[in-house]
Amino acid sequence: MSHGRRPGGGGVRPDLQVVADMVAPGRRVLDVGCMDGTLLAYLGAEKGVDGRGMELSQAGVNACVARGLSVIQGDADTDLSDYPSASFDYAILSQTLQATRRPDRVLVELLRIGKQAIVSFPNFGYWRVRLALAVQGRMPVTKSLDRPWYETPNIHFCTIKDFVELCHDLGIRLERRIAIDSDGRVRPFSSRAASANLFAEQAVCLLSKPAR
Amino acid sequence: MKTSAQAGVAPRPEAKVVAGNLVNLAADRPMRLDCGLEIGPFNLAYQTYGSLNRERTNAVLICHALTGDQHVANAHPVTAKEGWWQNLVGPGRILDTDRFFVICANVLGGCMGTAGPMEINPATGEPWGLDFPMVTVGDMVRAQILLLDRLGIESVFLTLGGSMGGMQVLELGAKYPDRVFAAAPIATAAYHTSQNIAFHEAGRQAIMADANWRGGDYWKYNTEPHAGLAVARMIAHITYLSEAALHDKFGRRLQNRDVLSFGFGADFQVESYLRYQGSTFVERFDANSYLYITRAMDYFDLAADFGGHLADAFQNSPTRWCSFSFTSDWLFPTAENRAIVKALAAAGADVSFVEINSDKGHDSFLLEVPEFHDTLRGFIEGSAAKRGLAR
Repeated sequence: MSHGRRPGGGGVRPDLQVVADMVAPGRRVLDVGCMDGTLLAYLGAEKGVDGRGMELSQAGVNACVARGLSVIQGDADTDLSDYPSASFDYAILSQTLQATRRPDRVLVELLRIGKQAIVSFPNFGYWRVRLALAVQGRMPVTKSLDRPWYETPNIHFCTIKDFVELCHDLGIRLERRIAIDSDGRVRPFSSRAASANLFAEQAVCLLSKPAR
Repeated sequence: MKTSAQAGVAPRPEAKVVAGNLVNLAADRPMRLDCGLEIGPFNLAYQTYGSLNRERTNAVLICHALTGDQHVANAHPVTAKEGWWQNLVGPGRILDTDRFFVICANVLGGCMGTAGPMEINPATGEPWGLDFPMVTVGDMVRAQILLLDRLGIESVFLTLGGSMGGMQVLELGAKYPDRVFAAAPIATAAYHTSQNIAFHEAGRQAIMADANWRGGDYWKYNTEPHAGLAVARMIAHITYLSEAALHDKFGRRLQNRDVLSFGFGADFQVESYLRYQGSTFVERFDANSYLYITRAMDYFDLAADFGGHLADAFQNSPTRWCSFSFTSDWLFPTAENRAIVKALAAAGADVSFVEINSDKGHDSFLLEVPEFHDTLRGFIEGSAAKRGLAR
C-alpha cells in the first residue's frame, strides 16, 4: 500500500474523507450511524449537501442537533424502514455495518432509500488482525477495532473479500472500491481484492443497484 | 372593543416592544369552526417582543399550553410573576429578541383577553358561558393564521410550543406548511391518549361537581367554582411532575409539624404544595375556559384529518422540524413524540429528534434544563442559517 495517496483536505478522519470524496456536491445525503455529526457537518460546509442523520446513541443525536444538524435517534437494523424509497441520493453507512444484526438486510435497505450507498467498514482480513489470531491466539485489537471482544458493539466482522462476495450475492454493484491502510493512505482495489484484503485496515465502497 | 381598531394595525417594521395587544379578527367574514358553527368578529389578545425585520422573515410564533397564556416574557398582569418562558425569550437569549420578532397569542377559548367563555357574547351583551362554541386545536390555529395575516407575516421563521402548544405547532406545520419555515413540537403528541383524556375528565368533573359552577352560569350569581377548579388543577399538576421529582422535592416530609395530626389537614408537604398550586391557579384562570381548552386537547387527533395516516399529514412538508421529549414525562412520553418523528421521516421531511434526560417530568420544557436549551439553540441557529438570518 506504500504507493497510495493520502486523501486531500484536512480535519476529518481518512475514512470519512474518502466517503466525502465520493459524494457529488449539492446532493441529498442520509448518514446512518452519523455519531457526533462530523461527516454531515463537513459535507454541509464543503459540499453544500442537504444532509440528514440517524444515530443510535441519544447523546450523539443531541450533540448533532446542538451543532445545527438534522438528526434523529434510530437503529440501522429496525428504523431504516421508516424512510421512503429513493428519497436520498446517497445513504452512507460509515463504520457501522459490522455492528448491525443483519448487515445484508441493512445493505438492501440503504440501496432502497438511497440511489447509491457508501459503506465503510474495518477489514477483518487485515494482516495485523490475522497475526493477532494466528500467532497470539487472541481476538485482535487495532486502531479501527479498538475495543476488547466483550464490550465491542461489533458483532458481524467481515473481510473485504467477504463484503465483495456479499454484494455480488445481493446483486449490488461496487462502483468504487477504496482501501485505506493503517497510515491513512488510500488506494483503489480490484474486485478480486487479493492484496487489499491483506493490507487494508479499512475499506470504503460506493454501491449501486444495477439498472433493471 | 375600542382598543381593537388601533391594535389591529400591523406594527411597523421598526416597532418597539408593545405590551398587551388586542386585535379584532374575522370582522368581514366569520371564521368557520370545526364544530360547524361560525365565530366573528372576535378578539385575539397577544404579546410581541422584538421587531419584525424589513423582509418579514424573523417572526417566531410561540404556542402556549393548556394553562399558559400570551405573557411569555413579561411580568404577568394578574400574578406579577415573570413570563412562563422568560428563560428562553429576551435579548441575548435563545429566542433573542434583538434578532427575532416573537409573537404569542392567547388561544381561542382562553381567558386572558381572547374570545372565550368569560368574554362578552356580542349577541347578548353577557358572558358567553357554555354558549361559547366548542373550539379545537385546529380552530386555535385558524385564529393564529388570521393574526399572522393581519400582521403581514407570510411565513414564520419558527413556531414552537410544548404540550398543547406542541399540538398547535403540529397542526400549523401539517395544515399550513408554507407558512412555517421551522417547527419545534415539544413534549407533545399527535393525538390525546386515553389516559390523558381520563385525567382531563376527572378535572372537568371536579369543576362541574362544584355547586358554585351552576351549569356554567356562575357569573350570574357573582360566584366562581374555585374549589372544583383547584381540584382540577391539583390533579393536572401531578401529571406534570414525576414520581422522582415529587420524591426529591417533598419525600414524606411533614408540613409545619413534627408529628402526624391524625386529621385531614395538610400534614404532608406535598399536600400543602398541591393546595397552594390549586389556590393560586383559580386567581388567574376561568373554570369554563378550563373545560373548553381541555376538551380541545381531548379532540386533537391529527392523523384523523388525514385518513388515519399521520405521515400523510406531512407529505412534501417544506418545514425543518425538531421534536423534543423528556425521559420522565409520562403525560406525553417519548414514544408519542417518536411516533411524530417516524411519521415525518416517512414523509421525507427534514426532521430531528431529541430526547432529553430529565427527572422533572412534563414540566421540564418550562424549566432550566441545560441540554434542552443547548439542543434547542442548535436547532434554531441551524434553521436561522438556512433562512439567511444573520447572527
